[in-house]
Amino acid sequence: MDTFIQLTVNGLTLGSVYALIALGYTMVYGILKLLNFAHGDVFMVGAFIGFGMLQLLGGPSDPVFSIYLVLVLVTLSAMAGCAMLGVAIERFAYRPLRDAPRIAPLISALGVSFFLAYSMQLMFGAQFRDYDTFAMANGDLFFKGIDIGNVKISLIRIIVIVAAFVLMLVLWLLVTRTKTGKAMRATSIDREAAAMMGIDIDRVIVFAFVLGSALAGAAGVMFALRAPVSVTVGFLAGLKGFTAAVIGGIGSIPGAMAGGLLLGFAEAYTQGYITTRWSDLVVFAILIGFMLFRPQGLFGKPDIQKV
Amino acid sequence: MDDRLESDALTRPVEGAAEATASEGATSPAVGRDEWVARHGERVVRRSGRIGAAEQRLRAVPWWAWLVLFTALVSLLPVVFESGYVRRVSFDIVLYMLLALGLNVVVGWGGLLDLGYVAFYGVGAYGYAALASDQFDVHLPSYLAIPIVVVIGAIAGLLVGLPSWRLVGDYLAIVTLFFFQAFIVFVSNSDDVSGHDLFGGASGISTVDPLNAFGRELPVAHLGIFSVAYLYVALAVFVVVYVALHLVNDSRTGRAWRSSREDPLAANLMGMPVNWLKLMAFMFGAATAALTGSLFASLNGGVYPTTFAFPLLITIYTMVILGGAGRQAGVVLGAIVVGVLLETLRDANDAQYVFYALVLLGLVGTLRLSRRLAAVLVGVAVLGYAIHLVAGAIDSAWVDGTSPGGGWLGDALTHWTVVPTEPAGWIKPVSYVGLVASVLLLTLVRDRLRIVLLVPVLVLASFVWENVMLPDPSSTRYVVLGAILIATMIARPAGLLGERRVEIV
Repeated sequence: MDTFIQLTVNGLTLGSVYALIALGYTMVYGILKLLNFAHGDVFMVGAFIGFGMLQLLGGPSDPVFSIYLVLVLVTLSAMAGCAMLGVAIERFAYRPLRDAPRIAPLISALGVSFFLAYSMQLMFGAQFRDYDTFAMANGDLFFKGIDIGNVKISLIRIIVIVAAFVLMLVLWLLVTRTKTGKAMRATSIDREAAAMMGIDIDRVIVFAFVLGSALAGAAGVMFALRAPVSVTVGFLAGLKGFTAAVIGGIGSIPGAMAGGLLLGFAEAYTQGYITTRWSDLVVFAILIGFMLFRPQGLFGKPDIQKV
Repeated sequence: MDDRLESDALTRPVEGAAEATASEGATSPAVGRDEWVARHGERVVRRSGRIGAAEQRLRAVPWWAWLVLFTALVSLLPVVFESGYVRRVSFDIVLYMLLALGLNVVVGWGGLLDLGYVAFYGVGAYGYAALASDQFDVHLPSYLAIPIVVVIGAIAGLLVGLPSWRLVGDYLAIVTLFFFQAFIVFVSNSDDVSGHDLFGGASGISTVDPLNAFGRELPVAHLGIFSVAYLYVALAVFVVVYVALHLVNDSRTGRAWRSSREDPLAANLMGMPVNWLKLMAFMFGAATAALTGSLFASLNGGVYPTTFAFPLLITIYTMVILGGAGRQAGVVLGAIVVGVLLETLRDANDAQYVFYALVLLGLVGTLRLSRRLAAVLVGVAVLGYAIHLVAGAIDSAWVDGTSPGGGWLGDALTHWTVVPTEPAGWIKPVSYVGLVASVLLLTLVRDRLRIVLLVPVLVLASFVWENVMLPDPSSTRYVVLGAILIATMIARPAGLLGERRVEIV
């Protein structure tokens, strides 16, 4: 039972990070029908911006403000930096190809992903960066927390999970309660019709990239709080985020959240009960199974091809 | 844009049309079954003027003549250059050409985005290693091992291609990418598959036999330098694969591929077995990759999981996209350009010359030999020198560094570009991001403003090149590949040798 609780918490932490990444994929896919391969690398850049900001604010063990305020600032700066990056990527790599055959933006996206990862390596080297959460507030983030039976849920996990859910809630409100959110939903249903109704498509697309990339930046910081990051983490995290989006039904926002959590649980339980060595293979198998037998995912509607 | 549709192109039957009209006979009108085919060849965008005429004449040369000429030139390489280095690099590039030919079948002709392609290369290399090494103590002669490997590769292609029956576009891309990842995870952990050592895991298999037949081995090195025999074997395989794939593309299957790529639904309605066509494209691609993999394994005497990674996939994609997906000559050209580029970026000194030569060529290409070009060059020289003077006056340590490129060019440049002895940590990211941002900005402005802004951007580019990119050539190589992919897709999606079509709706 203890193991189960521990694994559930692990899965929840991992899953909320995946869910944040998946949201970016799903929003862009919903509107542009484009698989944004570079999204995982935006996530990685977020982790690096956060690392830079953390050093700028005095480092983990000797922050200039309270460590909690520093963490908020770190997350916000990563979100802002990634949002700008997302806008730049859309403007220069995808917008010129909006009316090209579908394979063209996909290849451009591969190029962006590669360019980002190795540009980061060029600037900062290939070594791992550690936020050193252990040194923050004398280790309180690790040693304090809630006890459930014999299992301690450390503060840092609680912070990550709560922050992720707050961000998802904010996104949900943005999409369902604001005018821009309405425009986004309209565009994802039918881009041409939305344009005819006077919706500025370019603005909606940029908005989707801003939101998605900002969430990826936050996810990057949350991921890096728990594991050291290098420039190559973006690739696998991006793949898993995309898997989560597909499982939930690509284009569906609640689907991405559910898919992310599901994938997090699947990975945590596999690692805990079955095998750590082959856990990635299990994740891939789940994805391939979903793709083949339920490509519309849990929450999506089947895509009917009209001629 | 100086390309335009030549006015007489629509009335005069050309190349592609010739076959169709000939079979119709002189009297029958070009209406009905073959009209679309006939018109298809006419919708190609042609350049006008002298360059266009030269291009037409070059295109009229039959493909096999090019192939013979090209093969002759490559086979003369080891005669002209004695060094083992040139032979080894030529061998590697021939392997790249083979890989690009295989990927071209799937992406260029089949129109399927296969991101698992490198896995087939790995299957080939590991397959050969399993059949001819100490790993399982099996030592098949090459004339048995290689055909078996090709068949295994084709079967792997068949299996990975099966999802293409249900999935298209991005979904297919991602599923194949997952197969690729699964392959990497599997071979990296293959030293303990429920207790058995299958493929050596992370340390790979290092006892692979060289090519051998009838008990005689083809040594990898001869008199201490790379054996030229391997280059000739690879070249022979290249010619066979090129001709075979060309014939396939000229056959019924090739035409069916093209039509199902353009419109799978229409092709299906015409009675073409679209699903089987996709599988065939996958199988041809995978078999080519597996064949190349066996050559790779036999030459290197070992296979390691790190070879078959994502960067290799991007490298091959860049070759195919840059050269022009769908044209064999194009992807071969792409493989040579990218292969040579990657090789020069290995060595800081070579890379230095190539970089400045390319910048100069690019300037001449866009501005022509005009007064504007002279103005830009003078501006760059003056601005660079002025900045150098100012920086040197403030602190001599800012300009006392040496260029990693070295040579006379590097020496000369240190009197012009600012090369600090020990740049502060923030300089790298700030200057690099600044360069990328200003290059992107340059694409947004026009005319005179662009010319004016070009000057500081070039000075900054030289600074970044000397201080950020040259010290880390291995990252620079991949940054360049990523940039080529994006730029090609946006500026010339058909690639260097690809044809651009006029869409008549």
